[in-house]
Amino acid sequence: MSRFLIVDTLADISSFRESLTRSEAGGFCSFEGWVRHTNDGRSVSGIEYVAFIPLAMSEGQAILDETQARFDITTSLAMHRTGYLEVGDIAVWIGVAAPHRDAAFRACRYVIDEIKKRVPIWKREHYVDGCVEWVACHQDAESGHVPNRMDESPETRV
Amino acid sequence: MPHIELEYFAQLGDVAGRRAETRETVAGTAAALYDELRKDYGFALPSERMRVAVNAVFRPWDQELHDGDHVVFIPPVSGG
Repeated sequence: MSRFLIVDTLADISSFRESLTRSEAGGFCSFEGWVRHTNDGRSVSGIEYVAFIPLAMSEGQAILDETQARFDITTSLAMHRTGYLEVGDIAVWIGVAAPHRDAAFRACRYVIDEIKKRVPIWKREHYVDGCVEWVACHQDAESGHVPNRMDESPETRV
Repeated sequence: MPHIELEYFAQLGDVAGRRAETRETVAGTAAALYDELRKDYGFALPSERMRVAVNAVFRPWDQELHDGDHVVFIPPVSGG
């Protein structure tokens, strides 16, 4: 069963956490990405996420498989939302259980970083002033420039 | 001519004015097809900033296309 989930409705986070409990795990680390109320100084009313679902699922699962191979962890699960989310909603959830805390922390960080780099999901921000923009598109359209993770503004990072 | 099933995501869908189409094309590779679409729709992003998926698997730009293939050009992702 795939451990990378794409969900189009409000998800039950407690069931995700519950599904990762193992007697051999001594540490659990989770990460939640939330919809923030501002981006680049502009007030955000919500974010719409769109996924190319078959590839997003296989690429997400590949990330979790790599994570299992690279870190000394017991198990992991990740969920990404699609559809329209309001400020405060959970857009992404990652949970990692491991024998010890260090691998749990590092693996959790690895999963979110790789999701942001590789999984074909796009967000369109809805601003309070009525504008709607694909994130990063406004720069693409003007200069062909795509921000990498280092020159992304802090506000757009999860 | 081969028929290719195309799906457009994010800004590509906005610029093309559609989410999907079936296209007859002589383009033999993913790269040639993207060049054709850039001419037709004026996509701003060069292929160097994109990836391409054929039948829902990431493939190289020189991937040969065949009748009935499903092709998605992947603009920079912004999930998370």
